[in-house]
Amino acid sequence: MEAPKTEMRRKERIDRGIKVRTEGIYALSSLREIIYLMGPRLLLIVGLLLLPLVLELVPYWKRVVNIMCVYALLALAFDFLANYVGLVCLGGAFFIGMGGYLSAIFNSYLGLPFYLSIPLATILGGVFCTVLLLPCLPLRGVYFAIVTLMYPLLMTRIIEAFDILGGTNGISGIDSFPNQYVEHYAIIIVTLLILFALRRFVNQDIGLVLRGVKDNDQSVRASGINITTMKTLAVFVSALIGCFGGAYLVHLYMWAGISLFALDFSIIPIAAVVIGGGGTLVGAVVGSFILVPLSEALRDLGTFRIVIYCAALTAFIVFKSEGIMVYLQRKYHQFERWVKV
Amino acid sequence: MEVLLYGIINSVILSLLSLGFTLVYSISRLPNFAHGALYIAAGYIVWLVINKLGLPYPVAIVVGILATSLIGALIYRFIIIRIRGMEISEIIATYAIGLAILEGLRWGGLRGMTFTLPAIFPGSVILFDVSVDYQRIFIVGIGALTFFLLYLFTHFNRIGLALRGIAQDERAAMMLGIDSDMTAIVSLAIGSGLAAFAAILLLPLGNIVVEAGYSVLIYAIAVCIIGGLGSWGGAIVGSFIIGFVQILTERFLSTHFQMVVALLAIIVTLLLKPSGLFGKQKELEERV
Repeated sequence: MEAPKTEMRRKERIDRGIKVRTEGIYALSSLREIIYLMGPRLLLIVGLLLLPLVLELVPYWKRVVNIMCVYALLALAFDFLANYVGLVCLGGAFFIGMGGYLSAIFNSYLGLPFYLSIPLATILGGVFCTVLLLPCLPLRGVYFAIVTLMYPLLMTRIIEAFDILGGTNGISGIDSFPNQYVEHYAIIIVTLLILFALRRFVNQDIGLVLRGVKDNDQSVRASGINITTMKTLAVFVSALIGCFGGAYLVHLYMWAGISLFALDFSIIPIAAVVIGGGGTLVGAVVGSFILVPLSEALRDLGTFRIVIYCAALTAFIVFKSEGIMVYLQRKYHQFERWVKV
Repeated sequence: MEVLLYGIINSVILSLLSLGFTLVYSISRLPNFAHGALYIAAGYIVWLVINKLGLPYPVAIVVGILATSLIGALIYRFIIIRIRGMEISEIIATYAIGLAILEGLRWGGLRGMTFTLPAIFPGSVILFDVSVDYQRIFIVGIGALTFFLLYLFTHFNRIGLALRGIAQDERAAMMLGIDSDMTAIVSLAIGSGLAAFAAILLLPLGNIVVEAGYSVLIYAIAVCIIGGLGSWGGAIVGSFIIGFVQILTERFLSTHFQMVVALLAIIVTLLLKPSGLFGKQKELEERV
């Protein structure tokens, strides 16, 4: 796109014809329209499902797919809470740690198999996290962010100080998955399911109410809806997602320790959401699919990769706050041209 | 007696740590999450000037404070100025900057126990049957002096008055010709300078380690939240509360609990009274 020559021009954005045509039932009438609609979604779904098979060629990277999906789940949870409910939760590590430790307890102490311990840890972890975060729900803005940032740190220190749950050594000897395909597809399918389920969820009536809580909670209250109930529900959904990630991770590493509460699980999902594009949900997934392999590729640089993340994060926040997905969606659906004013 | 003495010392240390954070927040409403990173960066700069350039200690102190202030001003001028007013972006951006500085330093070789600053006054003395080194006594004295000087600066000086004007009512202050961005730059520079100042006073007590950067940030937040974000008197009271509780838990439980105290203090305060003991925020702004 060439730069404007005078100040009398502006950029105009118009929806593509095909976008308008595909909005109604007529989308079904031609193959081109169907492809236009389904293309991006199928690309993500099929691409993700095929990824473990393609990566047979480079086995080292197969593990990265799992980690990538765990971060994508966390990023989804963050994106949902921040951009649809207005609660900025910097405590992704809290969800991971909670789900992880519960799953470790079920599996290691009570001897449950992984297909029981993961769902149980997910649900119980969701309940625990929600109950523990319940007192913070009336807070908002900076205050909620700071409180949630402190929770995982507090859990680390408590486990260290009281020397419970294996103390600093953690709990080892947790069952792994029976084979690597279960390992891959368990997380990939859950990630895809949650992504599309959340997209549906936020477009239901309840999603509208949640967005109302974000934009103007007083008016939601005035409509006779209890906002604390709404926020509790949203936190529970988000905690479920995070706890599943944690429970899965524990079985993947066959070990649970205080590094589950590490700041990585809080900061990388946020970076992923900012880079991918906040509020799109897909952006969160795409962001983590960019960041996590990048971090793996830069493993040799040691802690310098955190510097790179942070630089990218800051640059995106400052210069391109809409993120990649919003940009791509705009290019996909609209064309731009310069017009005289 | 030991509890009382070390409680006071610990409290003054905490309030010095949090002074820069409070100052920046009270003036420009900017939660500077890079505070801990600036603290460590200042210590590292001083160490570099002494050990690599071979300059005398006093010169290194001046260079350290000026350089850190400059970093603070640059962070505001080039990054934060663009996202001013978007609270969450401010938090994420400053936190990312802080993380980048700390992990960058770690990558650049700031590891292990080899980095120490010399004490300004070596040696120790027996006070009321308790052994206290001169450096700690010096810290208490200088800390008190700093509070006094800052009070004078903000009450009897054009720049200081401008800072307070912006803190009280940004629009009215702008109408009277006070440049909001300029004062924010100045406030962040002073805040970073104070972080550097605290680093120079406190780092001789231990080693310069990256992990300290994170705990400094948490202590600063804890103190400010208990006292009420943006309230100076509150920050000092808050640091005395946390300071004494920490010393007591250390004496009767174990040193592990120091950080637990700070973190629990943050959470409990935010749950019971988010505006803190002396906060001036309106109820509606922080909770529904």
